[in-house]
Amino acid sequence: MSLEHISRRGFIKLTGVAAAGLGLSACGGSGSGSSSGSSAAGAIKIGGIGPITGATAIYGNATKFGAQVAVDKVNDSEGKTVFELNWQDDEGDAEKAVNAYNNLMDWGMQILVGTTTTTPCVAVADKTANDRIFQLTPSASSTDVTAGKDNVFQMCFTDPNQGEKSAEYIAKKKLGSKIAIIYNNSDAYSTGIYNGFSKAAPGLGLEIVSTQMFTDDSATDFSVQLNDAKSKGADLVFLPIYYTPASLILQQAKSMGFAPKFVGCDGMDGILTVEGFDTSLAEGLVLLTPFVASADDAETKGFVEAYKKLTGTSEDPNQFAADAYDCVLAIYAALKDSSVNASSSNADICAELLKTFGSGSYVYSGLTGKDMTWGSNGEVSKDPKGVVITNGKYESLD
Amino acid sequence: MGFLTNLINGISLGSVYAIIALGYTMVYGIAKMLNFAHGDVIMVGGYVCFFAMGSLGLPPLVGVLLAVIACTCLGIVVERLAYKPLREAPSLAVLITAIGVSYFLQNSALLLWGADPKAFASVVPFPSITLFNGQLTISSVTIATVLAAAIIMVALTLFTTKTKMGKAMRACSEDKGAAELMGINVNSTISMVFAIGSGLAAIAGVLLCSAYPTLVPTTGSMPGIKAFTAAVLGGIGSIPGAALGGVLLGVIEIFAKAYIGTQLADAIVFAVLIVVLLIRPAGLLGKEIREKV
Amino acid sequence: MDKIRNLSKTTKSNAITYGIVIVAFLVMQGLIAAHAVSHSLIGLLVPICAYICMAISLNLVVGISGELSLGHAGFMSVGAFSGLVAVSFFKGIVGAGPLCLLIAIVIAGVFAAVAGVLIGLPVMRLRGDYLAIVTLAFGEIIKNLLNNLYVGLDDHGLHFSMKSAEALGMQGGKILIEGPKGAVGIPQLSSFLAGFILILFTLFVVLNLINSRTGRAIMAVRDNRIAAESVGINVTKYRLIAFVVSAALAGMAGALYAMNFSSIAPKKFDFNTSILILVFVVLGGMGNIRGGIIAAALLTVLPEQLRFIGDYRMLIYAIVLIVVMIVTNNAKIQSVLGEFKERFRRRGDDKAAQAADAVEGGAKHE
Repeated sequence: MSLEHISRRGFIKLTGVAAAGLGLSACGGSGSGSSSGSSAAGAIKIGGIGPITGATAIYGNATKFGAQVAVDKVNDSEGKTVFELNWQDDEGDAEKAVNAYNNLMDWGMQILVGTTTTTPCVAVADKTANDRIFQLTPSASSTDVTAGKDNVFQMCFTDPNQGEKSAEYIAKKKLGSKIAIIYNNSDAYSTGIYNGFSKAAPGLGLEIVSTQMFTDDSATDFSVQLNDAKSKGADLVFLPIYYTPASLILQQAKSMGFAPKFVGCDGMDGILTVEGFDTSLAEGLVLLTPFVASADDAETKGFVEAYKKLTGTSEDPNQFAADAYDCVLAIYAALKDSSVNASSSNADICAELLKTFGSGSYVYSGLTGKDMTWGSNGEVSKDPKGVVITNGKYESLD
Repeated sequence: MGFLTNLINGISLGSVYAIIALGYTMVYGIAKMLNFAHGDVIMVGGYVCFFAMGSLGLPPLVGVLLAVIACTCLGIVVERLAYKPLREAPSLAVLITAIGVSYFLQNSALLLWGADPKAFASVVPFPSITLFNGQLTISSVTIATVLAAAIIMVALTLFTTKTKMGKAMRACSEDKGAAELMGINVNSTISMVFAIGSGLAAIAGVLLCSAYPTLVPTTGSMPGIKAFTAAVLGGIGSIPGAALGGVLLGVIEIFAKAYIGTQLADAIVFAVLIVVLLIRPAGLLGKEIREKV
Repeated sequence: MDKIRNLSKTTKSNAITYGIVIVAFLVMQGLIAAHAVSHSLIGLLVPICAYICMAISLNLVVGISGELSLGHAGFMSVGAFSGLVAVSFFKGIVGAGPLCLLIAIVIAGVFAAVAGVLIGLPVMRLRGDYLAIVTLAFGEIIKNLLNNLYVGLDDHGLHFSMKSAEALGMQGGKILIEGPKGAVGIPQLSSFLAGFILILFTLFVVLNLINSRTGRAIMAVRDNRIAAESVGINVTKYRLIAFVVSAALAGMAGALYAMNFSSIAPKKFDFNTSILILVFVVLGGMGNIRGGIIAAALLTVLPEQLRFIGDYRMLIYAIVLIVVMIVTNNAKIQSVLGEFKERFRRRGDDKAAQAADAVEGGAKHE
């Protein structure tokens, strides 16, 4: 290949025009951003950050729409507290997340719901701790998210916690004894659960016979991993992974005639809503999830309906959406009787919310758990729901 | 039996890579450009077939046909709008444009079809074959994929050696200036190559999604990169080379996972590629071109 | 006579490049002092500096040495993570300040240079697209290895493992790098000033290299390898020099980048990041250091300025990319632009422009 010079004359000309344009807009942005909370509508400005483009866009979009449903609900209830949501894309990347955060600061954000994924969340949490913005993440589940920061709280289980809970659940319900694990070792969530699980399992009488990995780049063929589990005589395969690769694993296990018990985590929720998915493949799949879209209570039904209406699709919301919905409503419940309003500074709002969330005695019941409480370290305490898929539907195991 | 199972899985995965790599190598051989958007055309093919079968309820074969037609049109349009104005430009400028097209297709798919994964129903609705008392199962998709890869390779070889159009393509590949002097319309030949390459991408997309049935807007990108690797491994520009490289890459990937470890499988695959290229710097079946002084 | 004019021309051109960087820095500092800049632009400054350094260093390989490298983010990654370990190690000795950052950047450069030599030796046997795919492969290998790397620091010093955090055998202490999670709790030592100094350093190294005997040898190899070989230039050696220097500079930029965020994962430095840097170089004009700097700055700011478009942001970015490539490289559009230009130009300048165009045309080679 020959590498020739590219005409630079034209480029420099273009960039000059673009630079002028960008420079102007950058200055314009600063003017409106500096005064926070002066919104005419009197709404408290909630910022949201999550990937709405890129490989992890499913989760970011779910949280975005989930939060929007909650904000609409709050605003329709005609209380004195009104919210305004501004969701920014971070492509699942720490750098872009910090950019999105700064953008929201220019907008005048007072509370942050986000970020959706872990690594960006750790980067942003450092900023919110400095700037005194209250942060509640729907789904960033690493312990690093909250560690050392008093203003950051989680709506989801932490990864090691979820790993331990899964091991306990498997042992308690006697789902299997010879365990094979397939996890994504290029993903912090999956590796975190695996570590928690593998630490807890031996003490519970569970024998891990096969540990196999895959990466985001090789998440198509799982024949080797499944063959290993099969040949080692595993009667239960633990899948601490998201439902997209899991649907492939189930399909490939079936085609090779391997039928152990499959157990997943909260990331598995959503597998039944995959368009075109043969739900018979997931028959008997057990998963621990805080949220079940097919639940009968009015709150869940209302949420599912509003979510479908908002997205304009027939797909059920997954637990990411429910977590984000709970985030907004938990904040609303903590704020609605307080003195803060849209003209309060973000630091005042943060202090007010810390009085409730940080007290250790704040109890909130939402879609993803009854009587949730938060520890002083920001981690949520709630019980996972064990469900088994029967006839293409979730059925409670408890 | 474990070895045989792994081998079959490797060949199955490799055949998908091979079909994608054939598209890569065709375009590279004639247009001398790395079409990084190729993987995303695969994704588009997958979606078209998915909606044809799922939403419109058409039979699989019609779905495949529609995907091929849609992708061929897409290939022609993209070529006309994005690549043709850059015919005289340096190859890296075209490479960056191809990356732009790749981003464009991915983000269009995201906006049109959403980020939620779609589960693809196999286009090969036959049961698996079971051998040796159930110790070995070969799925019908595997057979279809291997057959398709072989047929496409043979057809492309015949096309480029026997037909007038194919010969024109080879002439363009050798020397564009001389080909033009011989009365070959280089521009339309290159457009034709893009049409064929994109049609192949559609078939690859349908088979990829049949074998590994999850469809998201980024479905094509990683197989695209792997297939590009495969095409280089086999010697880029060479049709049998692309097929060989694809199958080899698939087998190496599965064997690396099975016998060395799943933890570092990607690293091992790429390390094998490097070793092969160090021994044969122009790929397995690539032509060593002597430089003229 | 000609020689002197040429010399003064490059000196002048280099002075302009330095000048642009310094003026841009001073203007930005002034605007920040006057509170005239948005949060989002201030937050972008360090990443922009890091990307500018990456673009300059990649330009050395792609533009000056004429090799297509698709794995440049790998060196950034090596630099980022070795720099992080260095910071944690030296923080207790010299305190978390500029000196610590300096040490980290130097160590990052050394590690990336070592990686550059290890990768460069086999890679330099290859050419063209084969070289490109091997650099891509090395980038992927680095990412895969780092996804499995665990590093911890306790009273006994550093611990390394390729298995898990437990396998480190730590007694208390802190886990610095934890596989796919990467590093968290990074002290944020990078600043706009540090980035500015690193850009100047990178520029200094690269411009001096280009205008030295070594640089001329590298360009001779690019323009005609066989001719260069026939006059006794050691082709592999000069290609390797360009590659390793570029890797070291990329490593330094990586350390600067990593120290700007409190968490960084190996996933960040993937094929897409390599491509992003390549886009800067190609858009700026290959071998054109100044163009690369401007392109890196603009293309980092552009997606942020497009945020108001919402969902269509990345789509518009893709379209802008394609359109800019076509406009700057299509002969027809260029000639129309040229005519346009002529109308606004005096006759005297016209001749100079034609001469310059002729030189530029001459610089094209097959």
